[in-house]
Amino acid sequence: MHVLVGIDDSDLGFQALEEVIERALSAGDDVTVAVYGTESTRDRLAAEATERLEAAGLPATIRQLEDRPGAELVQIADSEGFDRLVVSGDERTPMGKIRLGSVAEFVLLNADTTVTVVR
Amino acid sequence: MEFPDEPVDEFPAPPHDIEDAANRTIHLREADSTDSEVLLEMYLEFEPEDRAQGIPPVREEGIRDWLDVLLAPHCYNVIARHEERVVGHSVLVPDERGAYELAIFVLQPYQGAGIGTSLLETLLGLGQDQGVETVWLTVERWNEPAIRLYRKVGFETVEAESFELEMSIRLAPASDQTESTG
Repeated sequence: MHVLVGIDDSDLGFQALEEVIERALSAGDDVTVAVYGTESTRDRLAAEATERLEAAGLPATIRQLEDRPGAELVQIADSEGFDRLVVSGDERTPMGKIRLGSVAEFVLLNADTTVTVVR
Repeated sequence: MEFPDEPVDEFPAPPHDIEDAANRTIHLREADSTDSEVLLEMYLEFEPEDRAQGIPPVREEGIRDWLDVLLAPHCYNVIARHEERVVGHSVLVPDERGAYELAIFVLQPYQGAGIGTSLLETLLGLGQDQGVETVWLTVERWNEPAIRLYRKVGFETVEAESFELEMSIRLAPASDQTESTG
């Protein structure tokens, strides 16, 4: 499967990446990682994602999303033949309530590609 | 998160009793970690369709861990009892910016009788006594009864752009506000 995973600088973002890597190792998926956030954050995320992919013996295909991450993720997934778009939900509230987050909400409402929201 | 500029009026602090719409006497009092077992009993009875945004958890172990968070010393809790049973619970949990997140839970057979309103007002009264200034919550935007209840008590909608509505209330003037003269 061709998997596009969108990650930001959050614990859940890295968890999503780890889950995608794990699946790729057993299922033979092709993985593309799209990082978003401020410019310095994106550089840092790109380096971290590269390290993790290479440590797993997978090719490191990394993209940086500069503008509206939700819209860019949908655009890339739908037009470049991806089978799965993976995003992370948002951090929970102090009470433990689920927050969907603007990127997850946008892709759920707009992508043609099947979406996985990692919790 | 934004908060209204004007504080609301004073709410009644616990403990006190009310007669609900079904003529049951409901005792409202502050709760703490010594009440974790009776609260566990309430949540084990909680109907799955009344869960929202992932809480309360469904399994006993999950409920216990979650109650550890809610009953911690820096949180404020009020419970509603009918005879020997805990039938409702409201809680304030501090966030990282000096405000508190609010949630409220009422067992199905006790909904629609005014207990939710009393639990909310009593919790906010406790908060006012303890110096809580600002409170917020998130609610699914299609949960009309809950939204009406929060509005009735004085919450205002501050963000309505996603699946979850954010609402907030000010319980006391901001403590860093300077009084204007003249």
